[in-house]
Amino acid sequence: MSWIDIGHIDDIPARGARVLKTQLGCIGLFRTGDDRVFAVTNTCPHKGGPLSEGIVHGNKVTCPLHNSVFDLETGAGTDGYAIETYPVRVEDGRVLIDGDTLSRRSAA
Amino acid sequence: MQKLVVIGAGMASGRLLEQLFEANPDAYEVTLFNAEPRGNYNRIMLSPVLSGEKSYAEIVTHDDDWYAGNKVTCRFGERVVSVDRERKVVVGEKGEVPYDKLVFGTGSSAFIIPCPGHDLPGVVAFRDLEDTTAMTEASGTPGGRAVVIGGGLLGLEAAAALRMRGMDVTVLHLSGHLMERQLDEAAGYLLQKDLEKRGITVLTKASTKMIQGDGKVESVLLEDGTVLPADIVVMAVGIRPQVQLAKESGLEMGRAIVVDAQMRTSDPSVFAVGECVEFEGNLFGLVAPLYDQAKVLAKTLLDEEDTFKVKQLSTKLKVTGCDLFSAGDFAEGEGREDIVFRDPARGVYKRLVLEGDKLVGAVFYGDTADSNWFFGLIRDGEDVSDMRDTLIFGPSFQGGATADPLSAVAALPPEAEICGCNGVCKGDIVAAIEGGATDLAAIKATTKASASCGTCTGLVEQVLSVTLGDEFVIPTVQPICGCCDLTHEDVRRLIKSKELKSQPAVWQELGWKTVNGCHVCRPAVNFYLLADWPLDYQDDPQSRFVNERNHANIQKDGTYSVMPRMWGGMTDANELRAIADAADKYGAAVKVTGGQRIDLLGVKKEDLPAIWSDLNDAGMVSGHAYSKGLRTVKTCVGSDWCRFGTQDSTGLGIKLEKRLWGSWTPHKVKLAVSGCPRNCAEATCKDVGIICVDSGYQIGVGGAAGMDVKEVERLVDVRTEEEAIDYTVAFIQLYREHAKYLDRPYKWLAKVGLDWVKEQVGDPATRAALIERFDISQSVYQKDPWADHVATRRRLYAPIADLTLEAAE
Repeated sequence: MSWIDIGHIDDIPARGARVLKTQLGCIGLFRTGDDRVFAVTNTCPHKGGPLSEGIVHGNKVTCPLHNSVFDLETGAGTDGYAIETYPVRVEDGRVLIDGDTLSRRSAA
Repeated sequence: MQKLVVIGAGMASGRLLEQLFEANPDAYEVTLFNAEPRGNYNRIMLSPVLSGEKSYAEIVTHDDDWYAGNKVTCRFGERVVSVDRERKVVVGEKGEVPYDKLVFGTGSSAFIIPCPGHDLPGVVAFRDLEDTTAMTEASGTPGGRAVVIGGGLLGLEAAAALRMRGMDVTVLHLSGHLMERQLDEAAGYLLQKDLEKRGITVLTKASTKMIQGDGKVESVLLEDGTVLPADIVVMAVGIRPQVQLAKESGLEMGRAIVVDAQMRTSDPSVFAVGECVEFEGNLFGLVAPLYDQAKVLAKTLLDEEDTFKVKQLSTKLKVTGCDLFSAGDFAEGEGREDIVFRDPARGVYKRLVLEGDKLVGAVFYGDTADSNWFFGLIRDGEDVSDMRDTLIFGPSFQGGATADPLSAVAALPPEAEICGCNGVCKGDIVAAIEGGATDLAAIKATTKASASCGTCTGLVEQVLSVTLGDEFVIPTVQPICGCCDLTHEDVRRLIKSKELKSQPAVWQELGWKTVNGCHVCRPAVNFYLLADWPLDYQDDPQSRFVNERNHANIQKDGTYSVMPRMWGGMTDANELRAIADAADKYGAAVKVTGGQRIDLLGVKKEDLPAIWSDLNDAGMVSGHAYSKGLRTVKTCVGSDWCRFGTQDSTGLGIKLEKRLWGSWTPHKVKLAVSGCPRNCAEATCKDVGIICVDSGYQIGVGGAAGMDVKEVERLVDVRTEEEAIDYTVAFIQLYREHAKYLDRPYKWLAKVGLDWVKEQVGDPATRAALIERFDISQSVYQKDPWADHVATRRRLYAPIADLTLEAAE
């Protein structure tokens, strides 16, 4: 894995999210109330809602357009939808995402 | 005999020497350096020394006799200048000492925030006896004031001890809740409540800007401008390993001195132990692992086999009366499940985190009696699947009661107000029940509780149920969402009667079953709190729907619409020019709306701050076209231009809009003012619609033209413009204080009845009080969110990073 430093955890509001632009499209970076960070596809598979604008509760997010709820860790959603998750970790406050996964999936 | 030199006489190196002498008193000839002019004492017990519960003599671990008995050469009060590893000598201020084996036990030092004034006399850490003595002296002044920066373990112990010495204590904490590394939000809230009960002021999200004083500490200035007078400032924001000497000696360093599982550094003759050590990426601050390290190092020095392992840790706070416990990993995660138990009556919160069949973390507050049993389950990784259902009730539990949804009401004191309209307390209702009123109608008849607006009906029923037990069956009600058992109306009343002023307070005291709510209850609770406690509660953007968080309307393609305010529907050439320029610059479509404004559609999120800034420059502010709040005030041209106009409807519309804009309401609120009964502004289908007539103003309320179409009902006829404004403001405040979140005024009116609303706003004293409360709220919320976001939150509108650019390079 090749970890890419994309910012500080405090750049993401607690119980909030920021967008990361990648070759694969936008990825939502979520920070939960207990300071865990998750990276998932930013686009809701239902009607394309930007998930990073949803309300974050526990380790879930609710799509701002039509209220589909997704588990940020597994990507599993209500109504049978699912979103991609990406390896991400926090080290000394820095948020790191796995570049290999990004380039592998963009090649595929 | 080999020569052992130890640098630092702290708890870890002290334990090492004990273990070493016990196993083999003749293995080493020891020289002990310590920068502090004394030997080893129990630093953990500095809190009781500070509070006066213990004396220094009582916490000394090794006295002069002990060192003499073990033939330790003590070099106390002497700093080590350098270590020469080639020649194997330690250079002290008073001369060199050769070694065969060397141990670093240099510990850690307090992290001092490098803000201006941090070096003033009166700013202390809480690490050693000198600090403790300085604090004790400061507490001797009558009426002395202390500010403790940092609400972690150490800071809170210092705060509690200084409070016990009679000081006026304020704790500043950067995070949103106390001890955020050990506790979750709910437990942090209970801890804060307990500390406040004993007279300690706690300010969370408080960032220190500078410490002020002439020659000594006089006050602390916060980033938000608050000034806190202080005779002493205690910095307890964290520790950092003290490793300068080791670094200069050329040992391998990470964040601290890197050691292997035998506590050996990169130099085979040099070892390290305690808080100055980094092992497998971990640093250590609690005493249990330090003692483990000391034991391992003693064995290593005696050429015996032993291995240090990182173990699960648990935390308890040494403040009398604050029972808290946390252990293991309590973050949420894949395959993890929470079991939450809250007992609002006793102030108890317990949360267990399970992964598969194992318990991996626990946070308790208020009842830590079984914490050792739970810690054992975590540490040993026991399979708990058999007792899963009853696990949270502890080891002695066998079947029995589950959490009681009525406990929040049962816990209310007799003087808690249940019915706000008629001022009826819980005690009055209980007395009526005991006097024979055993159903809702009888309670209404005897006490008037729930006889007016009726929003407290649910609570009255719960009081009946708590008092009568099985004899009373509560009609089924619709709770807010799956997170709790209470209705919107119950939650609103309880927020007021229990004076709940934060979301964690609501979750805890009202028995929420989830960690931090969901997308249904969070926006509602956020609104109730900001409407009821405008000066105490801080609006939480993360509990708002996207449009209210981003102050623009999200469209189906993820772009936004931007709509500046046009007061009373009036605009001018300058504003139109600025809007036209913005439409060109940001590629926006332009739409004229039904609310007499202009909408710019298709603006990208990252462009929002820029377009707002452009519109601000032309004198325009947010139109709140996205909010559960005041939207527009539609007007006709009125007596200024129209040959039928009876009053200045445009002028009144502008005055109303300038008074009401920026206020948050349970749902959107639209107004209109028509200059005559021909009603060109369509005022009769608005939430508040005013029709001007020759004799004055007819105020109608509860109209709608959405999914339901409703004509307004007459609230009142008034003669002057001033009265029209007063009644409108009072009506909106009453709606803000009583309605269920997402009920438009017409829905709320159907529940409480127009007659009750007329009584409220018709009474001059009540009306004046409503207006006053509205104005207090406006003192906080009537500000342009666009200008505010441009100034303070601009970065949040851009992506955190753009990896497409990097890939292109």
